[in-house]
Amino acid sequence: MAGTDTTPVAGGDLAGLEAGLDALDAVQVKRTPLRQVLLQKVLPPVVAVVLVLVVWKLLVLARVTDDYKLPDPSAVGGSLRRLWLDGTLLDIIWTSVSRGLLGFVAALAIGTPLGLLVARVPVVRAAIGPILSGLQSLPSVAWVPAAVIWLGITDAAMYAVILLGAVPSIANGLVSGVDQVPPLYLRAGRTMGATGVRGARFVLFPAALPGYIAGLKQGWAFSWRSLMAAELIASSPELGLGLGQYLENARTDSDMPGVLLGILLILFVGIAIDLIVFSPLERRVLRMRGLAAR
Amino acid sequence: MTPALTTATSGTAVGDDIPAAVRIDHVHKSYGRPGADRPVLDDITLDVRPGEFVCLLGASGCGKSTLLNLVAGLDRPTAGSITVPGGRPALMFQEHALFPWLTAGRNIELALRLRGVPRAGRRAEAERLLELVRLGGAYGKRVHELSGGMRQRVALARALAQDSRVLLMDEPFAALDAITRDVLHHELTRIWSETELSVLFVTHNVREAVRLGQRVVLLSSRPGRVVREWEVGIPQPRRIEDAAVADLSVEITEELREEIRRHGRH
Repeated sequence: MAGTDTTPVAGGDLAGLEAGLDALDAVQVKRTPLRQVLLQKVLPPVVAVVLVLVVWKLLVLARVTDDYKLPDPSAVGGSLRRLWLDGTLLDIIWTSVSRGLLGFVAALAIGTPLGLLVARVPVVRAAIGPILSGLQSLPSVAWVPAAVIWLGITDAAMYAVILLGAVPSIANGLVSGVDQVPPLYLRAGRTMGATGVRGARFVLFPAALPGYIAGLKQGWAFSWRSLMAAELIASSPELGLGLGQYLENARTDSDMPGVLLGILLILFVGIAIDLIVFSPLERRVLRMRGLAAR
Repeated sequence: MTPALTTATSGTAVGDDIPAAVRIDHVHKSYGRPGADRPVLDDITLDVRPGEFVCLLGASGCGKSTLLNLVAGLDRPTAGSITVPGGRPALMFQEHALFPWLTAGRNIELALRLRGVPRAGRRAEAERLLELVRLGGAYGKRVHELSGGMRQRVALARALAQDSRVLLMDEPFAALDAITRDVLHHELTRIWSETELSVLFVTHNVREAVRLGQRVVLLSSRPGRVVREWEVGIPQPRRIEDAAVADLSVEITEELREEIRRHGRH
């Protein structure tokens, strides 16, 4: 019987026990081998694209419709080769991408402080919060006529449309990021003396980062869509040839392979920017927090 | 068998000669209109002496966490005053509250940085604190890579990094399994006896309170009032399965049960 004579726990025993607990409970983080990544992440989309091409080719062979409505995949490939040999392919892409990225950076510079204001100042939130989230559901192509009347068919009109499309997304992303910060983090920060600006810098902003990055991602998608809409509608020779104008020119020439190529290039650029810039950023942030599904 | 070295008192105040580490003086707390709602805390007076380990015990609804928030300065009392002469106390929660965007080591360094420790000394100090909670190799570990017990130890190291004289703990081990909790009880008493910390430890677990505290304070529920206090005379290191701990726990549990039954009769 132990009685009240309290036997101290032997230090060695306890350290051993502790080490055992740590070893049993610690989460093992494994890296997926390259072969498995190729098999699980790269192969499926490649197979899907090949399938679409096969179906397309079969439809052409079956002559379901006229040639000028559904050209052979190789005709689209021919258009691509001609653009490449002209040396205009990269110019066309770059004209649109540089506009899109510049517009996006401007939207970032406006949307971030706006989002912080809406998230942290109740009056501002009450005043413009609903409008800001409402604007997200307004297709930004609706702004094109207004932008053209205000600013003419100019680069300025393009940027205006991009901003009107992307700023609400970025601001809303930050707002929902801030709203989703667990109050416990803020309390923990306050007990450590992270209040005011230091609280925002060391606790609030890093905690809201996943939501903010989701907003950036969506903001880019909106920038790109808005820009393409603007280029399609407000195309003019003085603006330089971007993807939207290329598509519009192909339409007026009844050049169906060119139209399909235009659509594919717009899709390709949208996906490429997401894959190169936003997805790695998002994955990195989530993985750091143990949130990313592998 | 020696009898459990306990004395029961009701309401203690430190003499004016020794300044208390925490002085809770006739504190009331109610949410909403004063007088309209039943207060959460009603006339709580409690001092924690420098270097003392006090456990606050009570059933749910006794306002234990509210009281800790008041002492931590996260909220203000409706009436009465709270003084913590040593400056802002450190607070540990039931959830680890570590920041998931930082590694274990960086979490501790953030606390050091906010305290004003220059950059050059932070890394070494963080390593030292991790050693103190026996997590020497965990500096670069992400929070999600650590077990529940390890997370609470990092949280303890982060609280210690604030270099406060007072450590407030809000049921920090409630979510852990029994063996891990036992290990952490031991680590906490070891660290407490090696430092000059005053600890105010909130729990609903009677045995835990008796295992850890030099003094156990029982609060009533709705409103929270100090019902009774016990000086726990059992020498450290104690074990949760010690007979003396068990005997006193039985006595306190009976009192706690009586306190809970009172609510059923209303």
